[in-house]
Amino acid sequence: MAAKMFRQCPDSGLFFHKSAESLMKAHAVLGVVYLLVGGFLGLLVALTRMPSLHLLSAEDFYLALSIHGTAILIFWIIFFEMAVLYFAASTLLRCRPATPGIGWVGFLLMVIGSVLVMTAFFRGNSSVMFTSYVPMPAEPIFYLGLILFAVGALIGCFIFLGTLVIARQEKTYDGSVPLVTFGALTAAIIAIFTIASGAVILIPTWLWSLGFINHIDPLMYRTVWWALGHSSQQINVAAHVSIWYAVAAILFGARPMSEKVSRTAFLLYILFLQLASAHHILADPGVSSTWKVFNTSYAMYLAVLASMVHGLTVPGCIEVAQRKKGFNNGLFEWLKKAPWANPVFSGMFIAMIIFGFIGGITGVVMGTEQINLIIHNTIFVPGHFHATVAVGTTLTFMAITYFLIPVLFRRELIWPTACKWQPYIFGGGMLILSLFLLGAGTLGVPRRHWDINFSDALLQFQFAGTAITMLGIAGFGGFLAAVGGALFCLIAVGSLIFGKRLDPGASLFSSFGFPMASSCYNVERPGKLGLAPVEQTGDGGVQAKGTFVLALVFLASFVVYFFINAKYLSSIWPMG
Amino acid sequence: MSILPPSQKIWWKEPIHGIEMMWIILALIWCLVLFLWMPYWHVYGKQNLSNESYKTSPEKFESKANAMAKEHTVRTDTKSNIPVVHPPAGSDVYLLGRMWQWWPILELEKNKTYRLHISSLDWQHGFSLQPTNINLQILPGYETVVTITPDQSGEFAVVCNEFCGVGHHTMLGKIYVK
Repeated sequence: MAAKMFRQCPDSGLFFHKSAESLMKAHAVLGVVYLLVGGFLGLLVALTRMPSLHLLSAEDFYLALSIHGTAILIFWIIFFEMAVLYFAASTLLRCRPATPGIGWVGFLLMVIGSVLVMTAFFRGNSSVMFTSYVPMPAEPIFYLGLILFAVGALIGCFIFLGTLVIARQEKTYDGSVPLVTFGALTAAIIAIFTIASGAVILIPTWLWSLGFINHIDPLMYRTVWWALGHSSQQINVAAHVSIWYAVAAILFGARPMSEKVSRTAFLLYILFLQLASAHHILADPGVSSTWKVFNTSYAMYLAVLASMVHGLTVPGCIEVAQRKKGFNNGLFEWLKKAPWANPVFSGMFIAMIIFGFIGGITGVVMGTEQINLIIHNTIFVPGHFHATVAVGTTLTFMAITYFLIPVLFRRELIWPTACKWQPYIFGGGMLILSLFLLGAGTLGVPRRHWDINFSDALLQFQFAGTAITMLGIAGFGGFLAAVGGALFCLIAVGSLIFGKRLDPGASLFSSFGFPMASSCYNVERPGKLGLAPVEQTGDGGVQAKGTFVLALVFLASFVVYFFINAKYLSSIWPMG
Repeated sequence: MSILPPSQKIWWKEPIHGIEMMWIILALIWCLVLFLWMPYWHVYGKQNLSNESYKTSPEKFESKANAMAKEHTVRTDTKSNIPVVHPPAGSDVYLLGRMWQWWPILELEKNKTYRLHISSLDWQHGFSLQPTNINLQILPGYETVVTITPDQSGEFAVVCNEFCGVGHHTMLGKIYVK
């Protein structure tokens, strides 16, 4: 008789395979560790940029900023994404993971790589920011750490693909893979070509730092690096959009309005992303306008189209599900009656709204060739990516963690009141931060700058008083977001340690990666994952009118904001 | 449910929801507008990115900037005597970035056109003209040439907005427009 390796979660009905489950937990826990490190330094950065506090010294500020960016944007997010990949393949397809032993090798490489990078940072000679533009040098172990981390992540991606193959061969599901798994597959494919771009540029840069290569062209570095730097953010988008669909399915029993539309939108991400990174070098010399316009237009706008489609279909499928439950009055009863006190829902929904309205719109405006002139390298850029990454991705990952702690770790959440408020505090803080950074950036305040009063410079210049005020308010937003982030870490870690055990076998150590007691695993092979039940009413009966109205509001804001910036552009010095 | 396989094996033949189709069409039209706006601005807009740039070396660029400063310096500014250069209208003007200074100080005339050459002698820098808010990336080894026409008079600062080391926040330059 084969060993019983699966357990079924009695609350969610999901099946977890022993070895995949351990890998998921280990990756997720390490992710939260880096969220804690990066978040704390983010708070210090915010308090330094607040003109009235100006907390850190210049040297410490650039060190903290480098660590903040790398720890959050790479380590927290990618560790968590690896957990998402194991979940989307193994758990959703009720399948054993491919080569779990090698999965641990990948995990170990990611740990070693991230520790090397952190070591380089803390030694003080590698404050080169997340972008590490040549010819500014970092220590060799910085580049080596990034390379090892990337190899580990690559291993995780290939195990994900291997798991899909096993699921297909062992026929653990019927028909096509679920939409959520399809979205995760998108993320994995983008991750693979992104990491390949990273290798193309980081390996020579590592050799350069060791002295084996004497020159790395800065424009070539930027062009290839951004194929890593921006596309890697699209891994997050694909991952968090998948989680949005998952949350809609888990909480509302929602089904995609149309499988064809949602899946095609994911496909657009794969097809049109890599060269869209061209929008990072819009203000660079040595690259022609034709190249810039061509690559940012066909590539970026079709990827933007994909996000706009998800922006309609995710809330749309929730609306359809809610209307079927009887919340059918007016345009928005479905939304009012949504579970706003449940952090899994509120976190996901806030993430979606801020990601679209603030992050999405500003991203496209900034990616327009000429408008980029008034925005490039200003603090507008962090304003944009805090709305996309810190709210869109991080808050989504937080939201799904509230679901995973009971289901995966088998612990009850502690501190229910704090759980209820956390997404609002974090999302609200980040919203304030993003809006005011965007505002200050529009007034020309530079990013990555210790002192915008230029107090010890030879020449003098003063930014408008409004810009200084805006930075102060942004700092307050950052503080609020840090409180929200700290609350999340407290709840997550506290629940793993003090939360009531939902399974007797869920001991403390079983929370961090060790499997639970063997008595928990009582299923040898889960039943085949069947097709979703066919809809009785057909599609025509229930429409998502409320969502369509929201989408039109979104489009109107987008158009207005774009032309406001075009008008602003027309007021600067004529140039060409 | 999106965590279950689609209810029909041949899901790609299912019809598309009415509002989805309408939204796709609207979004696609807007994406096309966004795309067409860029070539439109190249033809009718006055603010465009420069397509002129050359490979150079720090030594070559520095000697050109020195030559210009030698010829057209009208006075010096600050206690470190940074030259203020007043080049003739329409001429080639050089601005070099190095840790942590934009050199020299330029004095230009309002509504006259100049060919501004910018490059870096060491690391990457960011040219950020304030408060007019024009932002360009400056790379060592590349000489950017921008044709500019200052249309306001006054004192303008050149802020470095690409991180370039611990003295980054002191890297300030100046352009006077008369």
